[in-house]
Amino acid sequence: MKPLLDVQNLSVSFDTYAGEVKATQNVSFQVFPGEAIGIVGESGCGKSVTAHSIMQLIAIPPGRYSTGKILFAGDDLLTKTEDDMANIRGNDIGMIFQDPMTSLNPVLTVGMQISESLVRHQQMNQEEAHERTVELLHLVGIPFPEQRINHYPHQFSGGMRQRVMIAIALACSPKLLIADEPTTALDVTMQAQILDLMKDLQSQFNTAIILISHDLGVIATLCSRVIVMYAGKIAEEGKAQDIFHHPQHPYTWGLLQSVPRMDATEREKLRTIEGNPPDLLHFPVGCPFHPRCSYAMKICTQRYPDKTMAGDGHSVHCWLQHPQAPKPQKEVW
Amino acid sequence: MDKEVYIEYTSLSNLERGIDNLLIYMVRRICSSVVVLLAIITITFLLMHAIPGGPFSSEKKVPPSVLKNIEEHYHLNDPLWKQYQNYLASLARFDLGPSFKYEGRNVNDMIYESFPVSFQLGMVSIGIAILLGIPAGALAALRQNKWQDYVTMFFSTLGVSIPSFVLATLLIYVFAINFRLLPVAMWEGAEYVVLPAVALAAQPTAFIARLTRSSMLEVLSQDYIKTARSKGLSQSLILYRHALRNALIPVVTYIGPMAAGILTGSFIVETIFAIPGLGRHFVTSIYNRDYTVILGVTVFYSVLVIGLNLAVDLIYPQLDPRIKLDKGQEG
Amino acid sequence: MDLSKDLFEPVLRSEQSKEKSRPNTTYWQDAWRRLKQNKLAMLGLYTTIFIILVAIIGPLVSSISYSDQNLLEANQAPSSAHWFGTDSLGRDLWIRVLYGARISLAIGIVASLINLTIGVIYGGIAGLLGGRVDRIMMNLVDVLYGIPVLLYVILLMVVLKPGLTNIFIALGIAYWLGMARIVRGQILSLKEQEYVLAARALGASNWQILYRHLIPNSLGPIIITMTLAIPEAIFTEAFLSFIGLGVVAPMASWGVLSSEGVTSLRSYPFQLFFPAMAISITMLSFIFLGDGLRDALDPHARR
Repeated sequence: MKPLLDVQNLSVSFDTYAGEVKATQNVSFQVFPGEAIGIVGESGCGKSVTAHSIMQLIAIPPGRYSTGKILFAGDDLLTKTEDDMANIRGNDIGMIFQDPMTSLNPVLTVGMQISESLVRHQQMNQEEAHERTVELLHLVGIPFPEQRINHYPHQFSGGMRQRVMIAIALACSPKLLIADEPTTALDVTMQAQILDLMKDLQSQFNTAIILISHDLGVIATLCSRVIVMYAGKIAEEGKAQDIFHHPQHPYTWGLLQSVPRMDATEREKLRTIEGNPPDLLHFPVGCPFHPRCSYAMKICTQRYPDKTMAGDGHSVHCWLQHPQAPKPQKEVW
Repeated sequence: MDKEVYIEYTSLSNLERGIDNLLIYMVRRICSSVVVLLAIITITFLLMHAIPGGPFSSEKKVPPSVLKNIEEHYHLNDPLWKQYQNYLASLARFDLGPSFKYEGRNVNDMIYESFPVSFQLGMVSIGIAILLGIPAGALAALRQNKWQDYVTMFFSTLGVSIPSFVLATLLIYVFAINFRLLPVAMWEGAEYVVLPAVALAAQPTAFIARLTRSSMLEVLSQDYIKTARSKGLSQSLILYRHALRNALIPVVTYIGPMAAGILTGSFIVETIFAIPGLGRHFVTSIYNRDYTVILGVTVFYSVLVIGLNLAVDLIYPQLDPRIKLDKGQEG
Repeated sequence: MDLSKDLFEPVLRSEQSKEKSRPNTTYWQDAWRRLKQNKLAMLGLYTTIFIILVAIIGPLVSSISYSDQNLLEANQAPSSAHWFGTDSLGRDLWIRVLYGARISLAIGIVASLINLTIGVIYGGIAGLLGGRVDRIMMNLVDVLYGIPVLLYVILLMVVLKPGLTNIFIALGIAYWLGMARIVRGQILSLKEQEYVLAARALGASNWQILYRHLIPNSLGPIIITMTLAIPEAIFTEAFLSFIGLGVVAPMASWGVLSSEGVTSLRSYPFQLFFPAMAISITMLSFIFLGDGLRDALDPHARR
């Protein structure tokens, strides 16, 4: 089966007054039709930039695509004109953003913001768009859609607004939905509802989803494959079971260990990953994680690790995978 | 921007609640305007009648016939409180009394004669300010830090800082005297409007341009613009439907002060260009110390400005659906 | 791929992470640095200083006074004897413009200071006491805001009679509203900050808190408002003088000079040109400076 989205060696940099900030370096991954993959990592690791790049929403100065291709259904999106991209956005690819409080236009009704897409991409007239919008509101779980369609965003709560965002993104039945931290700004009960909604809709529409989050729990709910990013590069990638049950990269270990456990005793300290993410202006040589890694070796400070396969579809960039590397003292996981 | 007041609505009573809040807001604004109006009238009254050595005190030498008219209208021999009541009563009848200097002339007449001229001039100026200022500001925001931005902002800073009388005389000198393109003064046809309207409109235009620019810049950096782009909408649709609607909200709130500024600006511009408008009458009456005219015109102007502010406040919720409560409630 | 064995030795985690800290700059140093980068603002600053200096020193070193008339030399064009020419009464315009600078600047600064004082006190009290007092005081401000101020300044001047002190009074009591609002807004937001809580915990009284903590931190917007208030005061004075309500002859404010110049526009345009230029340049300088200050003092723009 051919991949729906094929990102190859994507490198995005920002030229700032202080120098070149390498937001992503040689990021490659694929998304197949109908599958849900998650991209997880700390703030600043490049996951949002990757997502925005797919939609070409990065401001071109100061942003810059230094290398790479983004193949969507065979076409390289990086070579598309703005007009062509406008035809794809909202139509073949939809996106929902992090903060529902600011992502909707306060002076337009919710119905207008949904039907805009319909009119633009599917050439519907006002009545058809209206009907379809009511259906969509119903689909995402907004009660009394016929009245609510004329309401303004400030008349909805945060969770409701995010549902509206989902309705907007899915209005034209896109093949791919990119969700950039969709639940980060919501409280836990709403998180669960939104994720359930996304699961439902995914099976109904058979949309591929790229779910971006720093929260492993969110990723685990929805995604069949997971990509772990650190400092603009992919650290580890694989099926969700492999990543959660047989992780290979020390960073992934750190992430998994730092999730507070229900069965932890009161005395146990919360575990963190020591240190800070690297300064993207002055990129460290070698593996970017080495300053914070308890298993760092000399080679880690000198060369970036090659890609190794640790299982079917499970790849890691870590020198610990090298046959000559010592096995970690304790079984970490 | 104002703090947004988030109201949690439950399902059905939404619409009803919306209307109720809007009504309350409107009633509040109207009451507030009435209070301000009364305050103004009272202050004006006190200034003219209650200050020792003020215009109505007995030392003034006034021609007897005029004095008689004044006494009839203002009842200067009554106690202050009664004078005040009389004053309010006559205002309610829209009667602004006789002139202090010219026999047989009424303040009302003077206003009826000259205000239409000022109104025309004012409207043209406002038109220029809006039709030139808003696009200029928007252009500057869209081409931020490029030459369109710098040029527009340079001229608008000039416009804000060069006083209208300087500009007026400059315009006369260049266009009327030097190049003889346009008439120097008077008000006898369409071409007579050009120079005075430009002189009057310069400052408001500049301010609107600056305001529009900064407002646009703020709006364009908002998340909902990113959402609009992610929907694949065209640039012009995003600009007009999403960006401008939001960016123009602060500009609308400026309309009140702008009108007041054009009103006061008209004093000088009409004087310099010898235009027979209310502004020039006002200035003349100041020179002549025609106190009742000064008083009456001040009240007239105040009513205009307050009325306009009220109108703007009532229109405002139509533009920004978030504002349902009086701003005075916040903080 | 075979690599040498020693490459796989573990690395000892030494004291790495040199916290690349920036040199510690205070808020004011940072702002000054930003201001210096703004060419227009610096131009405004230098011009303002220049004008002030010339206004103070100029009349002192000159032998002629602003009121010396010499009818034989009336209406002369600019020359080496009279740099700006003379007016209809033979008075030297250069000196009169300089003198006008003194008056206009004095009015601008004094009026702004009066506005500042009233505004800061009013806004400070409202902000600090909060609650009902704040609401009542601010409602009053809202009501007063609805009044077209210039009209009432005019009315005041008519009643009080033209003259320098009366101008101070009229301008001072009319324009404090904006300052009051800004000060009160600043104080409201600062009140919530933690160091106020700390100061209270240490037993500071309300006055001390206002004086030591809140006002210094509100200085930014206050300075900006003042800088932008000066050109407005100058303009208002010129306006008043233009319609005959300003300073009294032979005192020469720029407004008076402009008013005199307008009447002779066709024959002796220079008589209007110089005072008009003086007003415009001064106002421009203050506004450039004020704009620059606004950008420089914005706490969010820290690099």
